[in-house]
Amino acid sequence: MGASHGHHLHVHGHSPVHHLPAHTKIVALVTFVLVVVATPRQHAWAFAVYAALLLGVVGLARVPFGHLGRRMVVEVPFVVFAVLLPFVASGPKVQVGPFSVSEPGLLASWGLLAKGTLGVLASLTLAATTEPRDVLAGLERLRLPQQLVQIFGFMMRYLEVVTGELKRMRIARESRGFRARSLGSWPALASTVGALFIRSYERGERIHLAMLSRGYTGRLPMTHTLTATPAQWRLAAALPAAALLTLAAAVTL
Amino acid sequence: MSDPVLDVRGLAYAYPDGHQALYGVNLHVHRGERVALLGPNGAGKTTLVLHLNGILTAGAGSVAVSGLPVAKDTLQEVRRRVGVVFQDPDDQLFMPSVRADVEFGPANLGVRGPELDRRVVDALDRVGMADFIDRPPHHLSFGQRRRVAVATVLAMEPEVLVLDEPSSNLDPASRRELADIIRSLDVTVLMVTHDLPYAYELCPRSVVLSDGVVVADGTTRDVLTDDALMRAHRLELPFGFDPRTIPAP
Repeated sequence: MGASHGHHLHVHGHSPVHHLPAHTKIVALVTFVLVVVATPRQHAWAFAVYAALLLGVVGLARVPFGHLGRRMVVEVPFVVFAVLLPFVASGPKVQVGPFSVSEPGLLASWGLLAKGTLGVLASLTLAATTEPRDVLAGLERLRLPQQLVQIFGFMMRYLEVVTGELKRMRIARESRGFRARSLGSWPALASTVGALFIRSYERGERIHLAMLSRGYTGRLPMTHTLTATPAQWRLAAALPAAALLTLAAAVTL
Repeated sequence: MSDPVLDVRGLAYAYPDGHQALYGVNLHVHRGERVALLGPNGAGKTTLVLHLNGILTAGAGSVAVSGLPVAKDTLQEVRRRVGVVFQDPDDQLFMPSVRADVEFGPANLGVRGPELDRRVVDALDRVGMADFIDRPPHHLSFGQRRRVAVATVLAMEPEVLVLDEPSSNLDPASRRELADIIRSLDVTVLMVTHDLPYAYELCPRSVVLSDGVVVADGTTRDVLTDDALMRAHRLELPFGFDPRTIPAP
């Protein structure tokens, strides 16, 4: 269960990247990804520069490359799709080794793969250097609607409670000799999901009661507002600014 | 004599589905008392508790907290005065960190800045959890979570602390630690419990609720040693526990 849990994304540290306020990092991430996505895919060297810049940030944050590497597997379904593209796309064919593949498909595949990988790596870097609750505070600071921030917050808090419940239900099921082997076991699995839904719904009601009991009136009180100094903003802007310069150079040269 | 902290008169309540849970409950709790609320499952204990801070509204009768009647326009002040600690700490602790959770109550009351920090540290100190202030609640043990749940309410500086099954699911050491904490608080306590030795240890007075009415109200020793009363209301002492042989604490 543990591996799927958000907190395992975080790597504790005291680097300049760790110390930047969360909202500056989120803005930097989004800008960087936008620049990467906006870059025409034929400028291969620009992507090499982006990757170098990003790896520079990872190095600065002293996040082990192995940590990020293992978590890059979330990209796998995407990679499969990108690899299939040259085989299924139409257009003029080129010979690559023993295969005859579509040239535009190959180009599209490269573009997807490069942009996707950079995006995933950048997001993982944010997650590795920022505590989940700080990401939340950052999103709130960036004026994401309160309801959304609250939903993310509850999701983070209760993911472990709900997965724990699911695990206990599975153990209880299996303790009574249940094995999910065939289509015939689907009704049992479906009622587990149903029971989990009802339980979670009831828990939601109890949490609401507990919140009302402590004076909740519909808004989470803002107690600490994140602030960033101009120097911190400049530091956070370094990565997207360098990427933007690269893009400008790629387009004009 | 000043107003009782809790003053419940003739409280009756039926749930929207028609099930009547309370039939005219009278209960007075005075400042500094520790009172156990006993009764079998389904007696209406939780329903009564939810009236004390205005989550449920009385069908008939009245509830007042230190002279302030529970009504729509007094809810916020009533909820400051009555701190309810629910049974499952996972219901009570819903914020991503212990600090944020303890801040939640006082911040809803408009407390900010250094005063808020003082209240949070103070409340966590009183339950011995100050070292865990920046931890996420789900990384704490069950006993620690229950103590933090108590702190979330203490930070609101309530006049009365209402504990719903405080000893449930605790191992014996955590159970005793929580008892020490409850004893050390200079606050009025109403404790809903099935744990009769715990009631005897902590509460000089006990009230028995059964089928929506108060059927006994006296010293915990008198209540627990009244065999006929105990039998009539599905209350049983655990094996080997006899309050007659134990001096009142």
